[in-house]
Amino acid sequence: MIPEIGQYALMLALGLALIQGTMPIIGARNNDPVLMSIAAPAALAQFIFVAIAFLALAECYVVSDFSVLNVFENSNSQMPLIYRLTSLWGNHEGSMILWVSILAFFGALVAVFGNNLPVTLKANALGVQAWIAAAFDLFILTTSNPFLRIPDAPFEGRDLNPILQDPGLAFHPPMLYLGYVGFSIAFSFAIAALLEGRIDAAWARWVRPWVLGAWMCLTLGIAGGSYWAYYELGWGGFWFWDPVENASLMPWLAGTALLHSAVVMEKRNALKVWTILLAIIAFSLSLIGTFLVRSGVLTSVHAFAVDPRRGIFILAILAVFIGGALSLYAWRAPLLKQGGLFAPVSREGALVFNNLFLTSACATVLVGTLYPLALEALTGEKISVGPPFFNATFGPLFIPLMLAMPFGPLLGWKRGDIVAAAQRLLAAAGLAAIAVAAAFAIEQGGPVLAPFGAGIAVFVMAGAVTDIVERTMILRLPLRAAVRRAIGLPRSVWGTAFGHFGIGATLLGIVAVTAWGSERIAELKPGDSIEVSHYRLTFDGVFNRPGPNYRDMVGHFTVRRMSGEVLGVMEPSRRTFPARNMATTEAALMTRRVSQLYLSLGDPNPNGSVAVRLYFKPHVLMIWLGAIIMFLGGALSLSDRRLRVGAPRPAKKAKAALQPAE
Amino acid sequence: MKVLHAVFLLLALAAPTPVFAVEPNEMLSSPVLEARARALSKDLRCMVCQNESIDDSGAPLAHDLRVLVRDRIKAGDTDQQVLDFLVARYGEFVLLKPPLSWHTVALWGLPPTVLLLGAVIILLDLRRRRAVPVEEARASLSAAEQTRLAELLRDSSGS
Repeated sequence: MIPEIGQYALMLALGLALIQGTMPIIGARNNDPVLMSIAAPAALAQFIFVAIAFLALAECYVVSDFSVLNVFENSNSQMPLIYRLTSLWGNHEGSMILWVSILAFFGALVAVFGNNLPVTLKANALGVQAWIAAAFDLFILTTSNPFLRIPDAPFEGRDLNPILQDPGLAFHPPMLYLGYVGFSIAFSFAIAALLEGRIDAAWARWVRPWVLGAWMCLTLGIAGGSYWAYYELGWGGFWFWDPVENASLMPWLAGTALLHSAVVMEKRNALKVWTILLAIIAFSLSLIGTFLVRSGVLTSVHAFAVDPRRGIFILAILAVFIGGALSLYAWRAPLLKQGGLFAPVSREGALVFNNLFLTSACATVLVGTLYPLALEALTGEKISVGPPFFNATFGPLFIPLMLAMPFGPLLGWKRGDIVAAAQRLLAAAGLAAIAVAAAFAIEQGGPVLAPFGAGIAVFVMAGAVTDIVERTMILRLPLRAAVRRAIGLPRSVWGTAFGHFGIGATLLGIVAVTAWGSERIAELKPGDSIEVSHYRLTFDGVFNRPGPNYRDMVGHFTVRRMSGEVLGVMEPSRRTFPARNMATTEAALMTRRVSQLYLSLGDPNPNGSVAVRLYFKPHVLMIWLGAIIMFLGGALSLSDRRLRVGAPRPAKKAKAALQPAE
Repeated sequence: MKVLHAVFLLLALAAPTPVFAVEPNEMLSSPVLEARARALSKDLRCMVCQNESIDDSGAPLAHDLRVLVRDRIKAGDTDQQVLDFLVARYGEFVLLKPPLSWHTVALWGLPPTVLLLGAVIILLDLRRRRAVPVEEARASLSAAEQTRLAELLRDSSGS
């Protein structure tokens, strides 16, 4: 009964989406308030029905109802509750249900919090949002229905792929989808603005919180996936330039560009046409990502679905939405008025620079991801585009971006003084130079350019701090006055500083771990030792440990400093899952400040020895801490009164008192 | 015995061993040669895998290729000779970094093209905007704004 309710609810949601996608838009054209007023309640009702479908499927997973094909194929009654629940989105059909649930959730948010929007804009935006929802509801019902039954219900399910039985699955896909789908709001608003043929700075003010929220979730989602791959795959790689990863990186790059161009639009009423295009691009890339992952067009570690009908359906969705949006853009964009003049050297100029390089980087990832597919489809020729290509093309595009980043916030709007900005960044540059020298002195080996990479990272971080130091005048004013200024700074200024600091931290981690990480591969007998960096590990032996739905073969290692002081034990294991007759390596990690020791276990040999891989990963945690700092930056910026969703305009007086001198 | 063998084969196929790439017994005794082999392995694709280099992959083919690379290095091949040997045998698909040729021109050319094109568009746009004559800018003001502007100009010239 429950799955039938779920399917029925989804069909009702499709019907509601069709109504929501037509009536309000007709209403907006004819200025009919009654038709327009349908949008908000329809969006809410649609969300309720999609939520019912989602909960129905969740219930099937929780109670292990193996009469449902989807549950039978992806779950097992022996799994702990958390994995029974998360296996809902560990497969194609279930993850699409999550996708439309989040889409409907965002639609409902706009309906509830969009009271300060112009009525026509709100009606059009919700209408466009409903088209997307309708397309994906139809996709699920016709090609990927998770509610299908099996006539003779089996006693036990096939189990979830062991690699996915991890807390990472609870976190990574929902965050990623919140990011992907969050950009749909910016898309809907962009299309709504094009439909109306009118756009102004206020548009950016309404859209920016959504973009910011989506960007924050995507940042954490990508970082979480990266950390998951790092500890799960057994050799400590954190980024593989895998097409599925690229699929999430592209919307992130476009979204980051959008975040910055929307600032220019909001503050200076410039870059309007470009911002609209970016909003379309960011969500189009999310759709392309969905296509790449869900159609099975890629043969990659993440892609499980292989069914051409689905691929063609999603391709049709892509063609309609991206093609339609771009055509509408080409037709309507020339009608939008440009505004806001600025000199090349100015805050606006810096943000244009940012957009140029981010867009180029995004195009690089796009071509690298799609080129092999396109070439094979057109000529039958097979080539591989892997990490060496991306390192050679993406890297050089990011260096100027990083070098320019600290200058941006220090330049004034309209006309900036680059010499003054450079003078203020002298201290940051000095710190960077010290970092380069220190890296050369301390680290032997590694690529010659690596210390400079570390220097750039330090420059970015110090540059972010410089901005705050300058604005609070902490070096010139008494502490109390500086603290008062710091509290009075707009939160978005803090957000910028955190965001920029975070990317610097991530860069530092990436440079350190790729350039100066060390690795030992050895075969050890009990009692043998192995050394890496300043640590010595002794292999004590192997023992077995049962788990809920697996058994572990655990290696026991004692970690010591070179001086002999015991630091702790590491217990990597090989985990066997009888339900699928599969095994995974469970690496052991030991954190030393922001660095980690990483140990994984190979097959045991008949003579009692075992192959191990041991890594020292210097500063590796900076990669993900940086992402968390970026997320906090987004949160700070989102809490800025001027940006808050639905916040009334702050009183002029209070604002003037708090506003610091820029 | 035959049955046992079949069961063993079935198990081996059904239970893919977890990713464990470079095994200790594959490694060359000379650290210099081994380092070269590792660096080369990172640029070579494991053809049966999904976007993995032979350095990262635990697949049997990746193992064979790693051994092959090391054999060629031991035989005195330069890095380029090793790559040429593998391309001759397996085609360009084996290289994770496609060499520049007529069918990869668009791949390698697109990133700099986008950057340059973007830069040119931005520069042209900036020039065009600065070239907007004052009169035209003034014409876009409303009548009230025109009067106010005239007043301001008169004031500043008067003082």
